[in-house]
Amino acid sequence: MAYNLKEVVTNKPSRFTSGHRMCAGCGAPPVARMILRALKPEDHAVISNATGCMEVSSFMYPYTAWTDSFIHTAFENAASTCSGVEAAYKSMKRQGKLPEDKHTKFITFGGDGGTYDIGIQALSGAMERGHDMVYVCYDNGAYMNTGIQRSSATPKFADTTTSPAGTVIPGKMQSRKDLTEIMVSHHLPYVAQTISYMNFKDLYEKAEKAIYTEGPCFLNVLSPCPRGWGYPTDSLMDINKLAVETCYWPLYEVVDGKYKITYKPAKKLPIEEFLKPQKRFKHMFKPGNEWMIAEFQKEVDTRWNELLALEEMSNKITE
Amino acid sequence: MGIRERLSGNEAAAIAMKQINPDVVAAFPITPSTEIPQYFSTFVSNGSVDTEFVAVESEHSAMSACVGAEAAGARAMTATSANGLSYMWEMIYIASSLRLPIVMSLVNRAVSGPLNIHNDHSDAMGVRDAGWIMLFSENNQEAYDNLIMAHRIAEHKDVLLPLMVCQDGFITSHSIENIELIEDNKVKEFVGTYKPEHYLLNDKEPIAIGPLDVQSYLFEHKYQQAESMRAAKQVIADVAADFEKMTGRKYSFFEEYQMEDAEIAVVCMNSTAGTTKTVVDELRQKGIKAGMVKIRVFRPFPAEELAKSLGNLRALAVMDKADSLNAAGGALFEDVVSGMYTAKKQVPTVNYVYGIGGRDTTVKDIYEVYDYLQTVVKTGEIDNPYRYVGLRK
Amino acid sequence: MATHIDKNTPASKMTIGGNIYEAGNAKEFKTGDWRSIRPVYIPEKCKQCGLCFPVCPEDAIPVNKQQNREDFNFDYCKGCGICAKVCPFKAIEMVDEGN
Repeated sequence: MAYNLKEVVTNKPSRFTSGHRMCAGCGAPPVARMILRALKPEDHAVISNATGCMEVSSFMYPYTAWTDSFIHTAFENAASTCSGVEAAYKSMKRQGKLPEDKHTKFITFGGDGGTYDIGIQALSGAMERGHDMVYVCYDNGAYMNTGIQRSSATPKFADTTTSPAGTVIPGKMQSRKDLTEIMVSHHLPYVAQTISYMNFKDLYEKAEKAIYTEGPCFLNVLSPCPRGWGYPTDSLMDINKLAVETCYWPLYEVVDGKYKITYKPAKKLPIEEFLKPQKRFKHMFKPGNEWMIAEFQKEVDTRWNELLALEEMSNKITE
Repeated sequence: MGIRERLSGNEAAAIAMKQINPDVVAAFPITPSTEIPQYFSTFVSNGSVDTEFVAVESEHSAMSACVGAEAAGARAMTATSANGLSYMWEMIYIASSLRLPIVMSLVNRAVSGPLNIHNDHSDAMGVRDAGWIMLFSENNQEAYDNLIMAHRIAEHKDVLLPLMVCQDGFITSHSIENIELIEDNKVKEFVGTYKPEHYLLNDKEPIAIGPLDVQSYLFEHKYQQAESMRAAKQVIADVAADFEKMTGRKYSFFEEYQMEDAEIAVVCMNSTAGTTKTVVDELRQKGIKAGMVKIRVFRPFPAEELAKSLGNLRALAVMDKADSLNAAGGALFEDVVSGMYTAKKQVPTVNYVYGIGGRDTTVKDIYEVYDYLQTVVKTGEIDNPYRYVGLRK
Repeated sequence: MATHIDKNTPASKMTIGGNIYEAGNAKEFKTGDWRSIRPVYIPEKCKQCGLCFPVCPEDAIPVNKQQNREDFNFDYCKGCGICAKVCPFKAIEMVDEGN
């Protein structure tokens, strides 16, 4: 059935309620809410959440914003906690301890700190073991909950509180880790990179595929943070658009190893357009720092070209 | 009538787990507990249990998966030792604070460093304030029996706390001894089925577990845990009474050996009790009124009961198989002494740190302890209460 | 049950472990007072395109059975302004909360 935003919003209830305490303009709640809308309304879900902005803001005792079952235990282990829940489901279902006709889905949310960094071992382990679950990384490119410290998802040159743009070192000097590709290397049935864009079609459809593909699936969702990135709270969708149109955040999926780029900009915008509205890149626009923008552009181009080549190659292999 | 067998401590633990037939086991190999998940995964592979075995990539994930599984509504078990427990440490506290009655076999081993794979109790002592019920076992029989009683205690509505059954690495985990097993059907009936009131997989009542618990609430949640630990004492006693009815084997908070008229005594845990009993027997033959107390239930700590048992001694030695490195005595020593002081029982007491890193503790070593106690009785003086035995100074 | 838990609730009346047995009860917690600017919905200009529905982090744009949006739910709206920025028809205007 073709995606229809109005039908989805009307007919599929919100499973992430109002009354949470994420900052005004946070990019993560629209992502979480739309991913959960991809669940069939009759299916139950268990959400596992890594410690981070989303967790502390959505389940502050005695209020939970999740209408499904929810578990948070620690920072680095949302994936392994979820794997235990899923193992319990498999075991109890097999033993007839749970109703036969009822289905439960397992979805994990973690920020980039809890996923790219401290949680990568637990994530890798859970994915390799083949649990029937979806891991969603909402990537806002730094440890935002503790006050904007750099993570391995932080883009090069970004000014964070532990990679400050100083007079000698101009921000983070290392490139961003490519977690989506690391997950592809786990040979999972479904891996995708997506974002809230336009009418959320890309996000919704990928979430639906991930949830209803059997086995371990992974979604990497760029989720801007107005405070950490330094842009006005109203600009979420503009920033998302620029991330996609500059090819900073390519939208693609890998189904059983086969790459498909789900959106190719008709005219790729220069990376300045994405960098300029964000205060974390402000120092890159000072006279004399043109090399930083050039280097950033080069990296974006290289990664985009690699992705195009991967798509072509994987299509050839599977032909 | 039980089934007579000859098993190592690890085999005994694995057989207990098989008979309990938990829904989920998540474990990671570490010497000397590795055999437990090995034996157990064989049971899984051969279809003799209904368990989902999760071969996790670390101990941190082992405990995380157990927490997830138990919260989901399943019975979850694991086994580990030493650094494995250290790596779980964060999740050990979270398991108890979420009130999840997970059961673990802890095969005691020295925590690094430097690296040492042999027995002492430094791993267990590192989690003594973590809110787990901790049962210690002298031999394979006790390790088995404690595991059979574990779920009845941990899952009791007045308790709802995780529980670990400790035994000494290699000394009992790898020694084959006689054991009396209980018939499968009797274990099944004794352990019963797990029926949590609230659980993640109940789609009729979705729940949320593990909040951000701010200043207004955490203190009360910790108090609830403390109250449950206090309530666990009665439950442990009740379950032991039922167990005795089934097997004839009697278990208390601690075992008193020749304590009725004892003047000097040693308090110890796990396998050292076997060696100590031999020494007590020999001393008794010489007319020396020696006794021994072996702690089974270390958490909750039976402070009042111990003070009663030890209060009339003329000298006491508390044996710690872990050094607290605090210049003021080992953990068991501190617990015993503070319990006695609170109960207004003043007995000259010394601490012995012994057996670190698998150092063999011989009959001769235990004699040395009792000899010193006799000197204390004679002179009425303790030259140094913080002592070592079996150490080259 | 959670509804009745607050900073005066004694330990004996609190849920164990911090569990909550009423999923989605955060709705009882109103975040509208965080707002310093507020969106004004102008129905005459609205074409019901739907672009503002999913962007609201607070789920503060009610959508009825006819698949049409209604006025904002100010109990929760934090005044971020994302909705006004995505509206192609200028049917949402941000104004100071004081006015």
